[in-house]
Amino acid sequence: MMGDRFNFRRLAALIRKEFIQMRRDKLTFAMMLGVPIMQLLLFGYAINSDPKHLATAVFAQDHSIFTRSFIKAMENTDYFQITERPETREEADRLISRGTVQFVVQIPPNFSRDLVRGAEPQILLDADATDPAAAGNAIAALRVLATTALNRDLTGPLASRIPAATPFDLVVHPRYNSENRTQYNIVPGIIGVILTMTMVMFTALAMTREIERGTMENLLTMPARPLEVMMGKIIPYIVVGYIQTALVLVAARFLFEVPMIGSLILLSAVLLIFVAANLAVGFTFSTLARNQLQAVQMAVFFFLPSILLSGFMFPFRGMPVWAQWIGEVLPLTHFLRIIRGILLKGNGIVDIQTDTGAIMIFFVAATVVAMNRYRQTLD
Amino acid sequence: MSDAASFEGELAINVEGLTKSFGGRKVVDNVDMQVAKGEIYGFLGPNGSGKTTTIRLLCGLLTPDAGHGTCLGYDIITESPRIKLEVGYMTQRFSLYEDLSIRENLDFVARIYGLPNRREAVEETIEKLNLKGRADQLAGMLSGGWKQRLALASCIMHKPQLLLLDEPTAGVDPKARREFWDEIHELAAGGLTVLVSTHYMDEAERCNKICYLAYGHLLARGTAQEVIAQSGLKTWTVSGSSPRRIRKLAHDLTGKSGIDMVAPFGATLHISGLDEAALERAIFPWRNDDDLSWRQDDPTLEDVFILMMNKASDNFT
Repeated sequence: MMGDRFNFRRLAALIRKEFIQMRRDKLTFAMMLGVPIMQLLLFGYAINSDPKHLATAVFAQDHSIFTRSFIKAMENTDYFQITERPETREEADRLISRGTVQFVVQIPPNFSRDLVRGAEPQILLDADATDPAAAGNAIAALRVLATTALNRDLTGPLASRIPAATPFDLVVHPRYNSENRTQYNIVPGIIGVILTMTMVMFTALAMTREIERGTMENLLTMPARPLEVMMGKIIPYIVVGYIQTALVLVAARFLFEVPMIGSLILLSAVLLIFVAANLAVGFTFSTLARNQLQAVQMAVFFFLPSILLSGFMFPFRGMPVWAQWIGEVLPLTHFLRIIRGILLKGNGIVDIQTDTGAIMIFFVAATVVAMNRYRQTLD
Repeated sequence: MSDAASFEGELAINVEGLTKSFGGRKVVDNVDMQVAKGEIYGFLGPNGSGKTTTIRLLCGLLTPDAGHGTCLGYDIITESPRIKLEVGYMTQRFSLYEDLSIRENLDFVARIYGLPNRREAVEETIEKLNLKGRADQLAGMLSGGWKQRLALASCIMHKPQLLLLDEPTAGVDPKARREFWDEIHELAAGGLTVLVSTHYMDEAERCNKICYLAYGHLLARGTAQEVIAQSGLKTWTVSGSSPRRIRKLAHDLTGKSGIDMVAPFGATLHISGLDEAALERAIFPWRNDDDLSWRQDDPTLEDVFILMMNKASDNFT
């Protein structure tokens, strides 16, 4: 007798209905495809954590060959672009306080004389550090410069002024992303961020809408089983999740040339677990929310820590321990490690098993909560 | 008990002692209900009296805290999936998808019930509804009366044996209501059992049997005449020379001992009491007033229900 057991035909009817509704809701449909593209373009093109060609003012009180060499060397790092040449200290200060320039380099009078005499003259670098991330790499580059910039000019009797070789040579070798391109880090991360946002929100909304509009009652008076209703909600959004991922991956490949070293099949397998974990969260929210507005608020409540504490926005290792613990709970944190690992490092299944396990535990826990809450709603 | 067992075959609904609480409040309290097959059973009671909850208990949507019984011969607690297959339940609110077209809605319902010849069933229903030209319109665009007809059509498409209608005609104009009831009678003539909750007295009078629920308690049941007779209510109708005179009389009589209810009906006043002698004593001072003409009358179903509601609020709150 039908009606007693899980029935695939009924599930298919529910999925079909969900897709019709999705197609009809133009705004949501546009969001599903528009949000990934928009985020990708914004994060991919607009955001750069290693900015170059920063506006710099040079306040030179000494006009020797050494000064010129030093300034030339600064420009050669690509971090500094000399835009201003103030004549007085006051003018230089005004430039930096107004934000016209990010840096002021002051070369003291008698710079060359002191240098020749071996009096170790000082160069002053004023940096606008209100955005430390913007200034950090430039300052680091200048430090290196101080030891090497003038080597070429210190010839003959001045050769002794060349700084003694450091006891060891520090070679920094940025691996996996040797060009230090922000996009390589951000674009794979965007997939996780987009999925977290859209999956949680769309399921939460889709279920709450049924309850709010009273259609849920009708569904339950028909022979549809609770599990069928739940899966009928989740499966269409898994499909949406895969479409979004494919969209971002294709764009990542062709717009940003993000390397994809690892197995895409492995990535899609992990993706399923990650998407399901987020859908379970959305489903739980839908059982708690009284209306669609509340559902959206809850989705944002989940989305914020995900985006801030997962290592997407800020380096994970830079966070205090308690924040790292919260981050460890969130599926996005682990997914970011997995997807960056697979795409950029070519990680295999062994390398990602810990993080995959963590997402799985989250998924199981969220599903248990969702099913429990769901049963209570029915009664 | 042996009596009930022999009735079993003919009863569409047979439940005893149904009780359900929400958050410590008893919404349905010890309700017994027997509905014979092919009957149109009216389910009356004020808002929040537990009608909807009772209907949900009957079709297995909710599990009762206490009580037991059968619906179409299936146990309401253990066999709810089977009950759902043979029951058509029309919810109080329009609960089809407003963002799906009429055809898509019907098709969805047909798929969920797993109807054989799905396409034909859907087209036949559309034709019967006279919605052929509009089948691809969104259900949300329909007027109240059409929504109600569509909802009814969608819940009889799978040819249920029992139809549960929860205030089906709320917010529908009189003509559509009349047509709706004609259809209900037609369906019942074809052997379908109908349980319908309503607020309208004219609808209650079109039912074969009615019952009255207030604060979760079943207060009366039987045919409309039986319910009126059981109430023991006596009524006098009085009409006056001017509306003002009637208003003043209503004011003077309200709350007098022996008078349980004063209700204005247009230019007349219904004055009712449970104790005939006390009622007559109470109205005696006005009986010979030249401006008023008095007539002893049968109480209406509405008089009876309002009285029961007042009594129930004294007893149960």
